[in-house]
Amino acid sequence: MSVPPLLQITDLSITYRTRRATVEAVRGIDLSVARGQVTALVGESGSGKSSAAQAAIGLLPENGRITGGSIALTGQDGSREELVSLPEHAWRGLRGTRIGLIPQDPTSSLDPVRTIGASVAEPLRIHGWHDRERITARVHELLDRVGLDDPALRARQYPHELSGGMRQRVLIAAALALDPDLLIADEPTSALDVTVQATVLDLIDELRDSTGAGVLLITHDLAVAADRADQLVVMRGGRIEESGPGAAVLAAPTAEYTRTLLDDAPSLRQGVDRRPRRPEPGQAPLVRVRELRQEFPRPGSAPFVAVDGICFDIAPGTTHALVGESGSGKTTTGRAIAGFRRPTAGSIEVDRTEVTALGGGRALRDFRSTVQLVHQNPFGSLDPRQSIAAILEEPLRNTRRGSRSQRRSAALHHLELVSLPPEVASRRPRELSGGQRQRVAIARALILQPELVVLDEAVSALDVTVQAQILRLLARLQDELGLTYLLISHDLAVVRQVADTVSVLRRGRPVEAGPVERVLEGPHHEYTQALLAAIPGAGRQADQLHPEAVPAS
Amino acid sequence: MHYLLRRIGGAALVLSLAFIVAYVMLTALPGDAVMARYGNPDLGLSAAELAQIRTAYGADRPALLQFLDTVASFLRGDLGYSVQTGAAVSTLLAAALPSTLALALLGLLVAVTVAVVIAVAATHGGLRHLGATRALRSTLRGLPSLMVSLPVFWIGIVLLQVFSFRLGLVPVLNASPLQSLILPVLTLAIPIAAPLAQVLIRSIDEVSAEPFVAVTRARGASTRWLLTRSVARNATLPALTMAGLLFGELVGGAVVTETVFGRMGVGLVTAQAVAARDTPVLMAVVVLSAVVFVVINLVVDLLYPVLDPRLRSTTAAPARREAVAA
Amino acid sequence: MSILSHTAGARPSTGQRAERVRRPALRPTVALSALVLLLALAWALAPGLFTGYSPTASSTEALQSPSAAHWFGTDATGRDVFARVVHGASHSITAALIAVAVGLVVGTTIGAIAGTVGGAVEETLMRGVDVLLAIPGLLLSLSVVILLGFGTTNAAIAVGITSIATFARLSRSRVIAVRQSEYVEAAFGSGGTLPSILWRHILPNSAAPVTALAALQLGSAILQISTLGFLGYGAPPPTPEWGLLIAEGRDYVATAWWLTLLPGLVVAAVVLSTNRLSTALGKGEQA
Repeated sequence: MSVPPLLQITDLSITYRTRRATVEAVRGIDLSVARGQVTALVGESGSGKSSAAQAAIGLLPENGRITGGSIALTGQDGSREELVSLPEHAWRGLRGTRIGLIPQDPTSSLDPVRTIGASVAEPLRIHGWHDRERITARVHELLDRVGLDDPALRARQYPHELSGGMRQRVLIAAALALDPDLLIADEPTSALDVTVQATVLDLIDELRDSTGAGVLLITHDLAVAADRADQLVVMRGGRIEESGPGAAVLAAPTAEYTRTLLDDAPSLRQGVDRRPRRPEPGQAPLVRVRELRQEFPRPGSAPFVAVDGICFDIAPGTTHALVGESGSGKTTTGRAIAGFRRPTAGSIEVDRTEVTALGGGRALRDFRSTVQLVHQNPFGSLDPRQSIAAILEEPLRNTRRGSRSQRRSAALHHLELVSLPPEVASRRPRELSGGQRQRVAIARALILQPELVVLDEAVSALDVTVQAQILRLLARLQDELGLTYLLISHDLAVVRQVADTVSVLRRGRPVEAGPVERVLEGPHHEYTQALLAAIPGAGRQADQLHPEAVPAS
Repeated sequence: MHYLLRRIGGAALVLSLAFIVAYVMLTALPGDAVMARYGNPDLGLSAAELAQIRTAYGADRPALLQFLDTVASFLRGDLGYSVQTGAAVSTLLAAALPSTLALALLGLLVAVTVAVVIAVAATHGGLRHLGATRALRSTLRGLPSLMVSLPVFWIGIVLLQVFSFRLGLVPVLNASPLQSLILPVLTLAIPIAAPLAQVLIRSIDEVSAEPFVAVTRARGASTRWLLTRSVARNATLPALTMAGLLFGELVGGAVVTETVFGRMGVGLVTAQAVAARDTPVLMAVVVLSAVVFVVINLVVDLLYPVLDPRLRSTTAAPARREAVAA
Repeated sequence: MSILSHTAGARPSTGQRAERVRRPALRPTVALSALVLLLALAWALAPGLFTGYSPTASSTEALQSPSAAHWFGTDATGRDVFARVVHGASHSITAALIAVAVGLVVGTTIGAIAGTVGGAVEETLMRGVDVLLAIPGLLLSLSVVILLGFGTTNAAIAVGITSIATFARLSRSRVIAVRQSEYVEAAFGSGGTLPSILWRHILPNSAAPVTALAALQLGSAILQISTLGFLGYGAPPPTPEWGLLIAEGRDYVATAWWLTLLPGLVVAAVVLSTNRLSTALGKGEQA
């Protein structure tokens, strides 16, 4: 109780005025950030975590308003400043100097028409630096400090010439330009690949150590928070469900919701109760992929090789996972297997049909009922103008199966299969939540009774609790219907939960393959090892945190 | 270099096609310009005399040869002869051009100024925090859509009515060259300012919603800083693509404005040519406008990579989304 | 949700997305616009219901200023200006509808074919569209008028031709965007054929913005047709076409302001209403 915390939020409430009503986004929350420490604010979409962070930097949307409570910032000299109802010009003096922001999406957070150097120099110029040489020197120093090689070159480049991870480093450099006391990191890594995510989080940690700044880390990922937070605050529906020292909250969560989050976080718990499947000896594989190669022509240069030398088998009734980061070729492979793009070379055999030999037209359309694809984004894969019933009946109409009433009852049956109530049938996609839409997409894939379902990042756009529900649903459907899955994912934690065999891809080439336990417990290839080490929460074994929970695998 | 050549080739192709379209519509299909001019029985020309004139004009030769002739003479700068007056079209237009240029340039200047002022005022974040100006902002946002709904000729007449006849501010008779420009410039500026302001408002809104603008705000930038350094350059890019369209509006506006105010100029010449079915004059105006339009668009295309670094490196073009293999 | 999401009016996502279902907002301005258009349409269909005067025969003294008997006053030959405006609605609106129909049918056909077929067909069609765009609108319609001759219908066709390019570009880009969408891919994936997908997904999902554009072009066509009428290339006198009406009043600007001002305001009100409705249509479809 001696030193006041750097940032103290007390009983903060925020409402949004929409045309219809006022929505209470944040309802009386308390949290604090201490100097040199990380407070992680964890919650799913709509929890109010973003609103709270927006309020802390004075950037609530136009229709948002703080209706009560206090946000206090303590200076290095111990002076306390109340931020609620601070006039705009006073806010301008704080932003960038005492409060820095690390934004979410490094791609759209940098001005595309200005150089990296100009972006990093911007806070300096805003806050009155004029000396060109001094600014340049500081920019180079900052770029160097966030681990970018050749700062002078980087400063002259444009954002599109840098990778996502490098852009995020640039944004961190800009946030640090004036040595702020408080860093607000808004989902700083959710748009990045997992190995990059780990290095960026390490960088933030290291900078916090060296500068003594306090960090307010906003994340949807309890595992990320578990790794990095001194204080953990769990939010849902605008309220705080639980808060306390990170280790204590994780070891003994008191709130029901925190326990659900923990159980559903794939990297922390085995949340899906699933029996691993073994192919019966001598059984022919359902899918045989050999030496798959896919090129994309590029005007004016050699074709881009997206995938090369991919080989794997999938036994009937099992799940094979393709794992890799962006650019690994996993989606290209999945689409080739689903018959959406003919590979440049190689062979794909599904259920004794050579997919690459299908000419299109009739043969290809017939093949469609054997393999179905579930897309990543449930918002884009359903026609917004169709009712859910029409969406589900369409594959049957396409393949001329059944009468009108048979199609309708098949649609209702499949809604039930994915645990959706029958009244959903008459709704439109926009009336459903993301998880419900993904259930509809799964039902549509199943209605043709396929042998193989390709799940293209089918759960990665969903909140963690919803993700766990969908994974459980997929496991149950596999059990009931004897389905074979090809699971495409960037998330090794998800793969560990639901896959039997796995191929790890990197830049279009396979690096390692085998049974999940073997690959994940004893990876041979260093890239697999790096991927595994980068999983947030990897350091915390599930049983260690929660001894009574016995992993099912 | 490849980019440059492709753009120039495309522009040349569109221009050639536009020339063919204009030729077909205004020279080949309307029939014989000679007959239209001299065929009137009142002139009392005999069939033999007509045939002689036709030969002199080359009107009796095969269509393709006539077309190639026209192409060649246009390339030489010979735009044909007015059916109505017999004068060379190039002389006619050259005489009318300076007055129209003055009108168009001033009109464009006023229009751009008005559009920028409206767009900036309507989107200005600083006004956002003053509740009283909410109504003002929505009025400003509605203004371009009102301006675009007014018939140009009507604007001219109403301006004339108000400023010259009611208020007596701008003399109708014996006006100095400058005075006689005021109302036409205003008339011309309104329909050009309106779509420009609409595009500017939309692109300022879009750019302002980009995360990088919010990030700049989080660095402590003031509203003016945001507008001048972050938003302005990004929001000008879409407005630039309007250049060709605005030129079209300018041409149409000039025809109407010059007719309303009885100002000599290319627009009035065009209107009179249509009334008299003087197709060679209209043909020349159409072809010249198409040339200017194509050149403007070519310049915009070539300027784009200069203003947007993302378009500079052609090698790093993002891989196209896979097409649906059906 | 990013903490920096759309500063100018973000809505908190409450997790209950079902709440977001919204009908096209019936704002007062939209209702008013619809009313104005309905009135103009009623004028066009049954002008006799709104005015007892003849639009072409002189009914009283010339150049009377607006009064209870003659709302818009009378013109140089003693005709009731309001009656001429009301009767003119049928000419102007019919012509505008013809113009939009020409642009819509030809333009969307070109655009839809280009977007669906692709390749050389697309290249050729869109080059043609570029040519149409390269000639300024008014000059293009003047050229067509010269070719077809003066008159309301010809003016309407001429104006319609100028809008082909806009319709073609929009419908092509919509078709391409929808075609690349995942739900279209999913439809192919479940055994759909191109015609069935075109009919079931691509056309319905491309239609909304095209409809909004058609509403916008209706207003623009009214303006352009009245411009041609004003220049004297539309309907011949004494037809009460709106542009011609204003042109006739032009000689009396100094003395009889109502001859030009009031008909012009009517035109502006109708055009403004179509613009407002077009925006509402565009927004309503997006929600």
